[in-house]
Amino acid sequence: MTELTLAQGRVDRDRLLRLLQEYGVYAGVAALLVFNFAFTDHFVSAENFRTQAVQVAPVLIVALGMALAIGTEGVDLSVGSVMALSTSLLSLYLGYGPWAAVLVPVAGGILIGLANGTLVAHLGVQPIVATLALMVAARGLALVLLPQLKDVRDPGMTALGSGDVLGVPYLVLIAVALALLVAFVVRRTTFGRQLLAIGDSRPAARLAGLPVRRVLIVVYACSGALAAVAGVLATARLTASDPTSLGTLMELSAITAVVVGGTPLSGGRVRIGGTVAGAVLIQLLTTTLVKHDLPPSWTQMAQAVVIVGAVYAARERGKR
Amino acid sequence: MLAVTGVSKVFPGVKALSDVDFTARAGEVHALVGENGAGKSTLIKVLTGVYLPDAGEVVHDGTPVRFTTPLQAQQAGISTIYQEVNLVPLMSVARNLLLGREPRGRLGLIDFRRMHREADEALRGLGIRVDVRRPLRELGVGAQQMVALARAVAIDARVVIMDEPTSSLEPREVRTLFDVIRMLRERGIAVVYVSHRMDELYEICDSVTVLRDGRVVHTGRLADLDRLRLVSLMLGREIGEVRSEGLTKFTGSHHASAEPMLHAEGLTVRHQLRDVSLSIRPGEVVGLGGLLGSGRSETARAVAGALPTDSGRVSVGGAPVRTGSTPAAIRAGISLLPEDRKAEGIVPGLSVRENIALAALPSLSRFGLVDDARIDRIVDTFVKRLRIKSSGPHQKVGELSGGNQQKVLLARWLALHPKVLLLDEPTRGIDVGAKAEVQALIDELADDGLAVLLISSDTEELIEGSDRILVLKDGAVVDELTGDAVTEDALMRAIAAEPAGSHHD
Repeated sequence: MTELTLAQGRVDRDRLLRLLQEYGVYAGVAALLVFNFAFTDHFVSAENFRTQAVQVAPVLIVALGMALAIGTEGVDLSVGSVMALSTSLLSLYLGYGPWAAVLVPVAGGILIGLANGTLVAHLGVQPIVATLALMVAARGLALVLLPQLKDVRDPGMTALGSGDVLGVPYLVLIAVALALLVAFVVRRTTFGRQLLAIGDSRPAARLAGLPVRRVLIVVYACSGALAAVAGVLATARLTASDPTSLGTLMELSAITAVVVGGTPLSGGRVRIGGTVAGAVLIQLLTTTLVKHDLPPSWTQMAQAVVIVGAVYAARERGKR
Repeated sequence: MLAVTGVSKVFPGVKALSDVDFTARAGEVHALVGENGAGKSTLIKVLTGVYLPDAGEVVHDGTPVRFTTPLQAQQAGISTIYQEVNLVPLMSVARNLLLGREPRGRLGLIDFRRMHREADEALRGLGIRVDVRRPLRELGVGAQQMVALARAVAIDARVVIMDEPTSSLEPREVRTLFDVIRMLRERGIAVVYVSHRMDELYEICDSVTVLRDGRVVHTGRLADLDRLRLVSLMLGREIGEVRSEGLTKFTGSHHASAEPMLHAEGLTVRHQLRDVSLSIRPGEVVGLGGLLGSGRSETARAVAGALPTDSGRVSVGGAPVRTGSTPAAIRAGISLLPEDRKAEGIVPGLSVRENIALAALPSLSRFGLVDDARIDRIVDTFVKRLRIKSSGPHQKVGELSGGNQQKVLLARWLALHPKVLLLDEPTRGIDVGAKAEVQALIDELADDGLAVLLISSDTEELIEGSDRILVLKDGAVVDELTGDAVTEDALMRAIAAEPAGSHHD
């Protein structure tokens, strides 16, 4: 009988860790919601929900691209700087009409992504190094283009940043649409399958004839484009271009959202639903602590605990 | 010396070992055999402290022990050489050999000069010559394994467990290994020897334990058990049945005809290949013979575009193929089943289904969107045809046995309808049953008109499977065996036909 109970204990532990990795993030979001419903004043209001959602939208969009990069066993540290470059380009090209103000920054983000991808895919530079280089370069370029903060006074931009459809802000709609699009790409397209195979076993993918380099380049280009979109939206919401501070530490928030959402850093798996929940979890965690008058530094420590927990669950599960 | 009694081990859904008794005696080489999934690996892991048994006990030197970590087992003098080399690939050979026991100089720093000298001596003692300063990963698999063995011998081991030590060794290296094993036996060390190769078992082992489905089905002196009986015990089938099916699954020669399907000419890769030419006709199986490092795998990889060539041409059905590009080779109809199944073949975290569909994805999708219905049909076809055993198409490939992983890879290539199939060690490390199935499949594919290149360090397989054998040495073709000359003897002579080839026996 002892053998059975022992084996049973093992199974339970495995299952628990798996559940924690797969659904822990949703449970965390639910728990924080319940807590706030019960103990936080002024939490249950349409206005508050809207604020929360608007704040989380840019992080989420950046995290989507990050999830793709992490899925290939890579990472993209340049996303925050791409947001800064995006805001600089936006204010420079605002005079050429609303399309230019959106498309030029996105093109800039794609170019940075192509540079990342080329370094990683063709020159074999490690993603963390390649994107670190572009992180520095893109921030520098952003500051050359626009040395200091500049107000963005444009009715179109203001509408994009604070308008809504039936009470749902554009920012949130765009973020949700992009999340659905990325989830579709990962699940249903050849590109998505190839991305996962490359992340799981690069040599096997190469020998199976997959276009490894092309996929990697496209992944980083997507990450760049998404970060640029986040930069445009953040600018529209703030009605100002601030290349000095926009997007700083964004790469860390995005990585946190992805990892907490259950996407393993070892590649081969991308969880978009989890990433969305991960971004929401961090937002709620911050809000909860702030609303209960705890200093912001606590937020960072709480984030650290969540990250360690997520990585621990993933590791323990992988051991067996 | 080391024994287990009544050991059981349960994994979720599987009873890996049930009530197993096993004894390794000092000065005895004990064969541990069984098909994959019979429980050999689990038993070894119980012996070496990787797993704790759910029931039963481990007795070492007459006292019950409870190893909770591999380190404890090592400290008790139990040393293991695993099937897949588990050393540190980036460290030098010398560091790997002396890892944890590095000679220290003043200030406790590693005395590199002494370390290199000691490592060099230890390897020379085993008849291996490599530059001990080089990173381990630059060595061939066989040489890496010898380093692992040297390491086990160097640590004062009292029990040495070898899990398929010869699967990547050349005949000459096998001789060396056996000499070492005999030396260990004379020193009164208990050796546990796991292998699929009958010849080796009968040559080196004193006693045998046969496992099947987690149970001991036979234990005793090996000399009292004839080969056929041993095979039937492993397979759990009757002797008559086994005899009637023969020991390998190859049916003999194929009627080769027509113009060559694959033609490669003057393949040259610096330090690896010299002017290698070969052609394979549709329906023909051409074997590549030679020792480790002779350029067999390199030839296959160069043809498949996985190894960039300095010069040389490849054509399929008369049409030239760009060299150095895997996608170009695949488009031309060349498929390579790589030697290192785990690292270069399977995508372990993806399902059986995704792994089978992987290479054929572009043709199984429309506008970049995958067509699940078509994938399901293809996967279903191949799972049935190749008899892939899994809990379902969504099981991760990493969880399958070696034989089934290999079948999944074959399915991946067959789904592309290749014209040329390059098989590099297709049956290495897979159990007897799956091996027979894979061999039968190779025959069948050749009959269907594929041009097949077969690389195998199992001479029996190479001889019986090939219609023609090209013998490679130091990266060049030195001989060709055709027709009745395709014999083990001729192959050995061809390989040995040079001053250095002195292993002939």
